[in-house]
Amino acid sequence: MALLSNGKTASGYTVEPRMHARKLLPMLDELLAEAGLLPTQIDGVAFARGPGAFTGVRIATAAAQAIALAADIPVMPVSTLAAIAARAMREGGHEKVAVAIDARMNEVYWGAYQQSAEGIQLLGEERVCPAEQVATLDSSWVAAGTGWATYGEQLQAVSGAQLVELTDPFPHALDVLAIGTLMYANGNGVSAEHAAPVYLRNNVAKTEAERGVARAR
Amino acid sequence: MKVLGIETSCDETGLALYDTEQGLLAHVLHSQVATHESYGGVVPEIASRDHIRKWVGLTRECAARADMKIKHIDAVAYTAGPGLAGALFSGAVAGRTLAWTLGIPAIGVHHMEAHLLAPMLEPESPDFPFICLLVSGGHTQLVRVDGLGQYLLLGDTLDDAAGEAFDKTAKMLGLGYPGGPRLAKAAESGDAQKFVFARPMTNRPGLDFSFSGLKTAAITAFNSAHRDSAVINDIAAGFQASVVETLCIKCRRALQQENLRNLVVAGGVASNTRLRAALQQTVDDVDGELFCPRLEFCTDNGAMIALAGALRLQAGESSNTEIVIRPRWPLSEMQPPQRASGASGMR
Ligand SMILES: Nc1ncnc2c1ncn2[C@@H]1O[C@H](COP(=O)(O)OP(=O)(O)O)[C@@H](O)[C@H]1O
Repeated sequence: MALLSNGKTASGYTVEPRMHARKLLPMLDELLAEAGLLPTQIDGVAFARGPGAFTGVRIATAAAQAIALAADIPVMPVSTLAAIAARAMREGGHEKVAVAIDARMNEVYWGAYQQSAEGIQLLGEERVCPAEQVATLDSSWVAAGTGWATYGEQLQAVSGAQLVELTDPFPHALDVLAIGTLMYANGNGVSAEHAAPVYLRNNVAKTEAERGVARAR
Repeated sequence: MKVLGIETSCDETGLALYDTEQGLLAHVLHSQVATHESYGGVVPEIASRDHIRKWVGLTRECAARADMKIKHIDAVAYTAGPGLAGALFSGAVAGRTLAWTLGIPAIGVHHMEAHLLAPMLEPESPDFPFICLLVSGGHTQLVRVDGLGQYLLLGDTLDDAAGEAFDKTAKMLGLGYPGGPRLAKAAESGDAQKFVFARPMTNRPGLDFSFSGLKTAAITAFNSAHRDSAVINDIAAGFQASVVETLCIKCRRALQQENLRNLVVAGGVASNTRLRAALQQTVDDVDGELFCPRLEFCTDNGAMIALAGALRLQAGESSNTEIVIRPRWPLSEMQPPQRASGASGMR
């Protein structure tokens, strides 16, 4: 997580799956204490709205919604794919980033982002698909995200993007913050009830009809 | 103290505002039954997604009905377990973070304790000690309740919970989901004398239950009968009569064994009208008193969470900011309220 206050940013970062819920508020407490702020003094809240692990995305969403509801402030839902791309741009100086997150079930979450005057911009659409079905780009694009470790060969063959040495394939809150701050400035925040996760994978169960279960009436 | 209650343990999103002085101020409920119907049961991932989509709007609606502002809430109670992990996380993170932002205490509530205390939402509420029959989709328990957090488990099911038996039997009879209310409805048009099933575990001592044999007996009867809707209704009536009488026999036994007069019945199956009528008869016979929450507080709801949370918060208990859920959480592990050390429950 990260905080922008009086032009200064501070952040906390930990890679601990399953500990999100436990660490969330104590980490926020630390950040706010350092800045000498109360939660009700926050002006806006940005969060990674997915795609990604469903429960993690929901934890971030619920927390952002709750802060926004209680403090009566806008929410800026930021794409996880965009945040990963922005990190690669920030840390590696790249301009065009092809992001693939391992989505399990032989698929990736895919999004191609490039720098523009208005900030980071999505080329085409975000999607969940097999590595063989990602967009065709060219070698001016570089790879980022966990999907490249699992499906690097297929992704490279189809997209033409280059594999580069990246420090970390995960999103960082500093980039969620940067994108969110821009959205806030442009009036693109939403109210708490409209802060929704984006899962991309929406077909999560089969109906009885799809399973061919007979019903008496 | 005005407490916001948040229930998201399964497939209902329930919000409520309870005032320790004035009682229940408002409550709203969004049931996902229609969403899950085509799947033939609750899909946990879909349930979790729905909670996230709905809880903010429902909270605003609840506050509006209580004619109060979010910032005037004094504490937040949320279901911390037992239940579906993803569903619990939605409400727990939402509730705990809301309280953190406002700088007010919060508490993670045990869902079954909340069911058990639900009769206290009514004007005529029981005094401790009492016997509680907890009958829901996941539980069939007889509990001696001596006070908040003082629960002695007297009897439990050895296999299926009563609600689960209703659901599974309904499914196999082709009545669909949700099984309990549908089977109960079919039973109203049936003749309970056509198929008389045994009353499981009643002819031996003890307060335990077993409903899986009864479910099998109902299915066997269904498979060997001519399958028309009249037969289905008759089997449903016979099945329901057996569950109801079995529960009554054990409740009576529990009251006598513990030498108590007050019986509380709570949980989704407590909304079964036949069961309520039969239990009334049972307590009348032993000169006792029956306490059931109104129908909407038998099934999952936010009001009972707000109430249970309020009682513990009043006693000085609260949950710190490390959000923890407990998908499995036996009622017997509950303790009387523990005073929070220092201000750790606050921000
Ligand atoms: N009228 C009824 N008759 C019998 N069972 C019912 C009735 N209404 C609801 N139920 C059952 O109650 C259960 C749901 O109760 P609830 O307290 O929400 O349970 P849980 O929280 O354990 O899922 C389901 O098994 C449902 O079939």
